[in-house]
Order: sequence, then C-alpha cells, then structure tokens
Amino acid sequence: MRKLVTVAALSVAITAFGVSASLAGDYPERPIGVAVSYGAGGATDFQARIVTMVAGNADMLGQPIYILNKPGAGGRKGWNWFATEAEADGYTMSAYNVPHFIAQGIKGGVKYNADSFEPIANWGADPAVVIVGKDSQFNSMADLVDFAKANPGKTTTSGAGLFVGHHIAALQIEKACACKIAYIPTKGGGAAAMKAVIAGEVMAGINNLSDAFRAREAGNIKIIGIADLERNTEFLPDVPTLKEAGFDVDNSSVNFRGLMVPKGTPQAIIDKLAAQVPLMFNHKRVIKRMKAGGSPLKVMDRASVLAMWAERKSALSELLKGL
Amino acid sequence: MGDANPSGEQAGMEFLHYFGGVFEPVALLLLLGGTIGGLILGATPGLSPTMAVALLIPFTFHLSATQGLILLGAAYTSTVAGGAVSAILLNIPGAPANIATALDGNEMARKGQGARALQLSFLASGVGGVIGVLLLIFLTPVLAQWALKFGPSHLFWIAILGVTVIGSLDSKSFVKGLLSGCIGLWLSMIGYDEILGTERFIFTDALTGGIHIIPALIGLFAIPQVMEMFSKGRSTANVNAISVPKYSLSQSIKELLDSIRSLSIGTVVGSVIGLIPGVGGQISGLVAYDQARKFSPMREKFGTGHAEGIIAAESANNAMVGPSLIPLLTLSIPGSPTAAVLLGGLLIHGIFPGSDIFDKHPQVVWTFINSMLIGQILMVIFGIYTAAWAARIAKAPAPIMAAGVLVLAVFGSYSVQQSMGDVHIMLVLGIGMFLLEKFGFSAAPLVLGLILGPLAGDYFTNGSMIAAAQNGPWVYFFTGGLNILLISLVSLSIGYSFWNNMLQKRDPVPEKAGQEPGQ
Repeated sequence: MRKLVTVAALSVAITAFGVSASLAGDYPERPIGVAVSYGAGGATDFQARIVTMVAGNADMLGQPIYILNKPGAGGRKGWNWFATEAEADGYTMSAYNVPHFIAQGIKGGVKYNADSFEPIANWGADPAVVIVGKDSQFNSMADLVDFAKANPGKTTTSGAGLFVGHHIAALQIEKACACKIAYIPTKGGGAAAMKAVIAGEVMAGINNLSDAFRAREAGNIKIIGIADLERNTEFLPDVPTLKEAGFDVDNSSVNFRGLMVPKGTPQAIIDKLAAQVPLMFNHKRVIKRMKAGGSPLKVMDRASVLAMWAERKSALSELLKGL
Repeated sequence: MGDANPSGEQAGMEFLHYFGGVFEPVALLLLLGGTIGGLILGATPGLSPTMAVALLIPFTFHLSATQGLILLGAAYTSTVAGGAVSAILLNIPGAPANIATALDGNEMARKGQGARALQLSFLASGVGGVIGVLLLIFLTPVLAQWALKFGPSHLFWIAILGVTVIGSLDSKSFVKGLLSGCIGLWLSMIGYDEILGTERFIFTDALTGGIHIIPALIGLFAIPQVMEMFSKGRSTANVNAISVPKYSLSQSIKELLDSIRSLSIGTVVGSVIGLIPGVGGQISGLVAYDQARKFSPMREKFGTGHAEGIIAAESANNAMVGPSLIPLLTLSIPGSPTAAVLLGGLLIHGIFPGSDIFDKHPQVVWTFINSMLIGQILMVIFGIYTAAWAARIAKAPAPIMAAGVLVLAVFGSYSVQQSMGDVHIMLVLGIGMFLLEKFGFSAAPLVLGLILGPLAGDYFTNGSMIAAAQNGPWVYFFTGGLNILLISLVSLSIGYSFWNNMLQKRDPVPEKAGQEPGQ
C-alpha cells in the first residue's frame, strides 16, 4: 500500500513541477518524459514503463520518468514529432526501435534518419524467428525454402508490418535463398501476425522471439529458425540460427529498443544520461520484471549503440537499395 | 497457491472453489477500488477502457498476480459501463462501444429522465456482462477454436455486414444515412497505410496517423451540441431546473424485463462479436442497436429516448467483455486492444496464456474471472446508487453545460495521444458535423463509417495478398461455408433495408403518426 501511495505522490509531482529551466549541472530538476511511438500496452510501451520505473530513485536520475504515447503510422508519427518538435533540453527522450526507424529513414517520406538522434543506451533485443503452425508440413528452414523454390511467390508469410524487423528478416531470407516468398504485413502488430500462423491463414510467419517462445510453450506453433548471430541459449537452445541452416542472414532484423534524445541536446546532459541510464536498466527490480514478462534484456552503453546504429544503417541501405 | 485447492472436481464448476480469493480483505478492497475507479475513468471523456487498463498496469507491479488481475478485471468491466455515463449525460461517448448508448440515452436525459437512462444502462450492462462472463467460464474450450475460424476474408465480410447497417442507423433518412456513412468511410482513408506503405490525404503532420476514433467521437457528438447551446444566445435559465425527478429502481427493473427482446438481442450480438478477434467491441453496440430496432414493434421510437435502444446497446457492449478474453486466455491471441493490454498485465506476473492456463494457474485465472463476475454486480450497485445524483448534470443550465462539455472535449481529445493536433481534428470535425446536422445528416452513421473503413480495407488488402499467392480472390472471398453464411447475412441485411424503405414509402401515414408522441 505504501508503494501505491508513493506512485500516487510521484504522479502529483509530475504535474506540479511543470515549469522550470535548468543548467546541465542540476539536471534533472524535474520529471523527464519518454515518447513512445507505439500505443499504450504494446511491447515497446510495456517495456519502456518497466525499464524506467526506478528512475526516481536518488541513486539513479533522482527524478521520475513518465511515458508519452504518440502512436500512429508504424512509429512514423511519434518519431516525426520527436525529430521536429521535441525540445533538445534533456527533458524529452524517446524510445527507439531499430531497425524500424533507420529503415524508415532510408525509405524516405519521414523527417528523420539515423543522424537526427543521439542514442543514450539500449535496454532490449528481441530477435526475429521463423515460425510455422503446429501441424505444418514444414519442420525446418530447408523444408520451407524447398517449397518456396518450387512454388515462387506462394509461401504466404505473416509479419508485423512494413520495414520492421520481421519484414527485414523476410527480405534477407529471400535474398539468401534466391527464392520468392509472399510477405503479408498484418495490421495489429506481432499478435495479429501470430494469430494468422496459429489459425492456418498463412503458411509461415516471422515473429518476435519472446512471443513465439510463449506460443510454442502453449503448443500452437513450431519455431524453425532464428535470425541472429548465435542461438538463444536461454529460451530456444534447440532452434538453429538461419546461418547454421545455410542461409546468409545476419542480425540486421533484431529489434533493439533503447532511449535517445534529439540532436542538439547539450553534451553535458547526454554524458550524464549515458552514464546513469544503463545503471537504471541493470537495476535488479528491472531485471526481475523484464524476465517475468519474457522480454529479453540487453543493456548496451552509448558507444556500443552508436556503433550498432552505424552498422545497421549501412547494412539496411544495401538491403533496401533495390526496393 | 493453486495446489491448495481440491482438484479433480467436475470441470465446469471449478470456478466456485476460487470465490474465496475474491473475498479476502485486500482483494475485496482492490475490487471495490477497481470498480469505482473504473466507473470514474470510463466516464471521463478521452479515457477509453484500453487506456484506463494500460494506466493501471504499473500499479500491479507492486501487487501479487492474483491481486493485480483482480484490479485489472474489475477496471476493465466497469470502464466499459462507465463510458455510458458521459454518453448519456453529456452526449460524449467514452469509447466507440458507447456510441449507440448516446443515441437514445442522451435524448432521454435531456427530457429530464437521466436517472432512468442511467439505471437502465447499468442494469442492462450487468445482465449482459454477467452472461458474457458465464460464457467465458463454461464454454471457453468450445469457443476458443471457433474464434480461430475467422480469417481475413470472414472479417472483411463482417465489416461489410456492418456497412449495411449504416443506411438504417439514421432514423430520419436512408439516403442521408448512407451519405454520412460515405463521409465516414472517406475520413477513415486518411493517414499512412501500414500494409501497403502508402500515404493518403496527409497534408499536415497531425494526419500522418489518420483520424483517431476518440477525438473524432468527441468532436462529432459533443461539439454540435455545444454550438447548438451557444447559438441560442444569452440564457436566463433558472437554477430550479437542476432538480431531477427520481425514478424508482423497481420501475427500471420492470422496464428491463419488459424489453427482454432487446436485452437478448444485445447480449447475443455482443457475445458473438466479442468472441471474434480483430472486430472487438467497437461495433457490437451499434450492430445490436440496429438489430433491436429492426425486430421492435416500436422501431420508430428509437432515437427519441427509447428504453429499448439503451438496453440493447449497453447489454451488447458489456456482454462482449467476457468472450473477448477467451482467445486471449487459451490461445494467447488478444481479440481487442484492451485484451492486448491485459496480456501485458498477465505476462508481467509470469502468467503465459495457453490452453493449459487453467491447469497451471487455476488460482490466478479463476480469481480473475470471478472478480469480473462480482465486479459486474458491484458496478450495477454503484452505478445505480449514483445515478440519481449524476443525472442532475444533464439538466445543468445550458451555459454551464456548454462550457463544461467544451472543456472536457478539449481535455479528452488531447489526453488520448498528448497531441494538440487531435484537438484541432476534434474541433474541425465538430464544426463540420454542426453544419451537416443543419442539413439533416447525423453523426452515428458517419462514425460507423469511420470505424468500419479501416477494418474492411485492411482485411480486404490482407485477404487479397493471401489470395494472390493461392487460388485468386474469387475462391478466397466467395467459397467456404463461413464466407457464404456471412455473404447471405449481408444480402439479407441489404434486402431488408430496401424492403423496409419501400414499405415506408408506400404507407407513410402511420409512420408519421407513430413518431409524434416520441418527439
């Protein structure tokens, strides 16, 4: 009950400390907002709320973090807003989803690209996996690709949308097997794409590791490949990587989630956040909650995220060139 | 915790063993808090059930799994019913589920019978809700597989079935109803198409994500009413108007029992639609309202503050709550946006939905379901207790009412996505609707078009993509038992509308006469 009171007090504090200006030295003097480009209750929103829950502790940022949902158009609406309207004063951060926003920046039609933002730290990594229904004729990637080669364009494969990790994985598989599959982007995110596989509406699907793991535990699907550099020893030790199965697919489709600020934010604030935020992500309560929800945690510091962004940008530019 | 209870009992009655968990002091307190809080959140414009449940999830971090789910279950149940309060008193539907409630509910409240409207609405919600949860308790294994049968082609036809209702939803004119629906369908095209990757009618950043349904609802329903009040000029309302005649509960119950036909239609339509993943509760209220009118001998009274309209709409939107959790609990497939949020609430406590959830976590799951059952009853009690008091709002003097509604409209539109763009969209749609109403158009068919446009469009696109990789669209959309059944329903619905329209033209006199007493 006392904790409930604390949370209530914090939310009052959020409204009370509305007006203020600050120098980097005292930063942060008031609560910090994190814009999430997806709806309340989605995986990104859900994880963002967990990883920021200890921000108000005195040994963390000393100020609470609140979530601003700006959903729409597959994340474009929120990141457009963040790139053009958010103030670069450290009091507005945003959650990023890689490869989504980098791929959207390359495809164009949006007001941002990988250079519009400054990463702070990464909290999670959810690899894409290839799934089929529990009664499917396919038992391995080889089965699936053999069918796709014999029937070009007939292997219906669901995923969460266009230019998200699932789509990138599908494009990479097509390139690696030199075959044609029918990628079906479903609206309603990974859950709708998963339902299409379970109900047999499509022959295969590409989905998140965490969701696929649960669906397999429930006996609804088979998982035949993982689009990452290594097997996932914690959840899916028996599932081979696509590389092991003989397809040249790297980890470009892994869905990385983390925090970033707009370009132009004072360096002192970026440095302070870059030092504190990874500690917050590694807090034992955060780890416990993330684990309970089956959300894979992967904490990376600012330098590693900068390198990861640059690498993704060049890999995705190459992959999306012909589209 | 789960293994403390006797197992091996007859499967259907298992839930009875877990009622004790609901009545533990902390659990009961959470249940009460969730219900009352849910009613308040639901009655606040802009806070949809989805939003309310999402906001409550962080609180459950600090509770045990069972306690957390009791809170979420109670809140889900009562926010859906709470949405009726603002729909009836302020003509602002709290969520798409409550649109149909506003049609008759607000008319009734404006006649000074707000207490009656609220009591009927809560009683109907309670009956529908309890039956919905009973379906969840007894028929989950049977219905779970059935829910999976609906693929893109079937969902497309269901959306088209909804479209056929558009014309008849406006009781004044069939043609104007259809035209309003077309405007709604067109508005729904705005935004970035996530399946095809194309932009449509985006001229400003605020429209990138399309028109969000909540600001649209607020604008289309509340703003014309506010402008109407302002346009009447300076008012000399006397404050005595605030006293609202009490309406006795036994009268309401009698009225509910007299309308057993509408109550059954609402409950059945709500349960069936709630079960189908991807359609959710958005259209259940409107479809039930339309069906109840078609089968009613007093159909011309709908839209004038008729009890049957409120009963059908509210029983439908609460009947949907229980069945919408069936695909979630057994298949881990969230059937509605709110169910998706609840999935997050389950996962955070390490409960992974699946066909074995009732064996693995009986304590948590049954207590959750039982709390929704008790929550429905608490919701009815609290709703009715406050009805007479709350109903005074609808009779507030026009200037106070207009200003209050305007404030709530701006607050509600902004709070959905913390976006000033949504407030502008709300105001533009509201002013547009005010002008359209002058020409005899109405908001309900327009809103239905706005809701159904993306459903029909997206399922058609998805279906054609799958069809293109299989045997082509004709085979995919027109063969198979379920497709043919749905197409027959669509044809029946269109045929009925034409037949009814012809009857009205041939024999207009009794219709006119029937309308008078209600006006």
